[in-house]
Amino acid sequence: MASVELRSVEKSFGSVEVLHDINLSLEKGEFIVFVGPSGCGKSTLLRLIAGLEDITGGELFIDGTCVNSVLPAKRGISMVFQSYALYPHMNVYDNMAFGLEQARLSKHEIDRRVREAAGMLQIEQYLDRKPKQLSGGQRQRVAIGRAITRQPKVFLFDEPLSNLDAALRVDTRIEIARLHKRLTGTTMVYVTHDQVEAMTLADRIVVLNAGRIEQVGTPLELYEQPASRFVAGFIGSPRMNFIEGAEPAAAGVHALGVRPEHLDVSRTEGRWKGTVALVEKLGSDTFIHVTTDTSGMINARAVGNHGFQAGDTVFVTPREGSIHRFNEDGKPVGGPVGGPVAEEGSE
Amino acid sequence: MTFPGWIKTSAFYALVSAIVLQAVFPFYYAILTSLESGQSIFDVNYLPQAASLANYWAMISDGVFGKQILNSVFVATVVVFISLFLAVTAAYALSRIRFRGRGLLLLTILSVSMFPQIAVLSGLFEVIRAFGLFNSLWSLVFSYMIFTLPFTVWVLTTFMRKLPVEIEEAAIVDGASSFTIIWRIFLPLMWPAMVTTGLLAFIHAWNEFLFALTFLSTDSQRTVPVAIALISGLSEFEIPWGNIMAASVIVTLPLVVLVLIFQRKIVSGLTAGAVKG
Amino acid sequence: MASNAGISTLSRQRIVSAWLFLTPMLLVLASVAAYPLIRTIYFGFTDASIDLIAEAQWVGFRNYLEYLDYGDGEGEYFGLLVDADWWRAVWNTLRFTIISVFFETLFGLVIALVLNREFRGRSLVRAAVLIPWAIPTIVSAKMWAWMMHDQFGILNDILLRLHIIAEPVAWTASPDTAMLAVLIVDIWKTTPFMALLILAGLQMVPGDIYEAARLDGVGPVRLFRRVTWPLIMPAVLVAIVFRALDALRVFDIIYVLTPNNERTRTMSVFARENLFDFDKFAYGSAASTLLFLIIALLTISFIWATRMNVEADER
Repeated sequence: MASVELRSVEKSFGSVEVLHDINLSLEKGEFIVFVGPSGCGKSTLLRLIAGLEDITGGELFIDGTCVNSVLPAKRGISMVFQSYALYPHMNVYDNMAFGLEQARLSKHEIDRRVREAAGMLQIEQYLDRKPKQLSGGQRQRVAIGRAITRQPKVFLFDEPLSNLDAALRVDTRIEIARLHKRLTGTTMVYVTHDQVEAMTLADRIVVLNAGRIEQVGTPLELYEQPASRFVAGFIGSPRMNFIEGAEPAAAGVHALGVRPEHLDVSRTEGRWKGTVALVEKLGSDTFIHVTTDTSGMINARAVGNHGFQAGDTVFVTPREGSIHRFNEDGKPVGGPVGGPVAEEGSE
Repeated sequence: MTFPGWIKTSAFYALVSAIVLQAVFPFYYAILTSLESGQSIFDVNYLPQAASLANYWAMISDGVFGKQILNSVFVATVVVFISLFLAVTAAYALSRIRFRGRGLLLLTILSVSMFPQIAVLSGLFEVIRAFGLFNSLWSLVFSYMIFTLPFTVWVLTTFMRKLPVEIEEAAIVDGASSFTIIWRIFLPLMWPAMVTTGLLAFIHAWNEFLFALTFLSTDSQRTVPVAIALISGLSEFEIPWGNIMAASVIVTLPLVVLVLIFQRKIVSGLTAGAVKG
Repeated sequence: MASNAGISTLSRQRIVSAWLFLTPMLLVLASVAAYPLIRTIYFGFTDASIDLIAEAQWVGFRNYLEYLDYGDGEGEYFGLLVDADWWRAVWNTLRFTIISVFFETLFGLVIALVLNREFRGRSLVRAAVLIPWAIPTIVSAKMWAWMMHDQFGILNDILLRLHIIAEPVAWTASPDTAMLAVLIVDIWKTTPFMALLILAGLQMVPGDIYEAARLDGVGPVRLFRRVTWPLIMPAVLVAIVFRALDALRVFDIIYVLTPNNERTRTMSVFARENLFDFDKFAYGSAASTLLFLIIALLTISFIWATRMNVEADER
């Protein structure tokens, strides 16, 4: 039995439909990440599951029960908000206990659960403090702790790391991954616009675009077999190069796509000739932006440091089996193909 | 046309002095008069000449005036508590819950706050007599709702809109009812706004004159503004100015002190209440 | 199966609690504002008298306008609409409103501009400016009545010493100066309120606008006319409208400072005198109704003109 199931779910605000025909089934214990550009509807979808927004059409099941008209607190979910949303006037203990008090648990049971969650997150020493006496990372732990005490079937995260600085973000990400391993059987739904978070945390990723599901799959599936040009462009950093015009037309498709890390750059020979427009040196990698004579702008990623300079004439060559082909609707045509030499009509 | 710096500076400070002088002088002069006694009141003095508490003693030993102060305190306090209680729940509904007719309701409340009190005077007089509240302090508690309630609702609504949405949603996920959200989550966050709004409503009720003049008929029931307005001597030429000034200082000093303590909060409350375009 | 479309329990529960929370307030407002207003309008069409409210008989427009035919081809109009006293009260009210609001705005602007500058002792000055606002209206009226006393008042003393007047003026009693006296007190008392509202508007003007203007070499007068004023004008306009609506219903200051003076009698004073002093309850109710209509019209046109968006956007 699926832990969370959405059947033809739709959502409109007034006359504007923001989610169209969402069908999705989440397994018990799975870590699912909703990812997509801002405005794609991922947060709305999470809020529908939480019950903070009404479902306009379709049905939502949690543990086999239709919860369309069930109150958020009765759905067996917990939510961690972007701004932490701690109660500023309560200390950490009361923040974590508040939901349990509302559920009329015994004082003893509340105390046990709060201390257990605090121990899990190593925040026992802050239980008497007010949120404003804590650092951003500590507040985030309290917010997670508050969600844990409710012992939810489904854990919802709404961009929980976006208010943290870069270093803390990595630490907290690892912590959330560890938490998921510890809380076996708890389904986690996590919304982010950061694809690195999505790739590192998820068992499966749901890519949303303009209110529709583009693709559902494991991180590597999305990377290797994107179901659409949108997914191909969204997953992977730097983003995939797309080539349109005569070259893909000759192969009978609308566009070719190749990832920067799948390109080799040479001064002497290769498939696409061009001029270096810009070189970005990151130390570990070098990004070389090349204006090609025939195929527009192409970005290549080379490991280590390279001596290319703007103005140099270079050749860019895709590796074996790294070219994705898309038709006019943005759908992939066959699997990835290609190599140093164009393989016209190899289908 | 440019002036040397020192002329500009002196002109500026002259302006500042004029502003301070006009603001402070009448109250200063009232205190000065209240400290004089007997015939010396009728000599114009610019600096204190006496420090006699005879006028104050006369007012306090009067007995009725003390009762009248208590009347004012009672009415203003009860009015503040009732209107805050009604307003805080109403403001939550108006600021946090989407429902049909909310905009119209807000407009209605705003227009009631601009109501001319005289427009309801005769109808209110009938209601108060029908309830048997004539010459009772409860008539004022009831009628003052016409201005304190719209004002408090409006200011608290403005304030509550600014409270973060996610905190409320966290409480909803935690299973808190709307009532719990107000009392356990929002109220503790709102006490500065409550204090400011309550203080402004208190001052308004404390100063009210028209209803107090109309709905109370005996001396011992009156509130202080009416009492002061009606202090009179035996004839036009025997108006006890010293007593009037002493009474004025007694009822004003606490207000001035409160306003000076809370001046920053009051300014923000007034702007929230009035400038909302 | 549970119904799929429609609103969830959460929304329904919240809407129910919204109305639950609003009901007590609405009931109070209905009984203290709506019902009395309707009764006042009704009394304006009756012959109600203060002791016989219950036996009021419907008389139509008689309180407003009535033609009394003397039977010999001659006749006369009676009623509020042809009552010279009423129209004088309307005129007094308008005059009071326009002059007082004008000067309150002017002085309020000056004080706000002063308080918006950085100088030593600014917070003390601001505290001092607030004092007139903190003093109850009745008390200010009495304080000024004493200062304006014709024989012992300090105002005459000052003006005589400065040779501005040759002999003492009976400020509140003389018909020529009564309105002036009322205006002085009202402007003195209410200017702080205007100053605070304008100051709040001024403080929302970002400081770097002034920096930029200074870098561009804009002089102070031009800076005010071209930069400051356009930015604070909306706030000032709203403040003016609120003050004007307040001034149109002025009562206490006039009742206490210049009682029984037809040169200062405003609409509110006129209505209350008829209601409770002259035993013309119905006539006073009619006057109250007219006053309400005038203010309601002004309020509606104000809301319409500024297209006030009361439902601020959220989310």
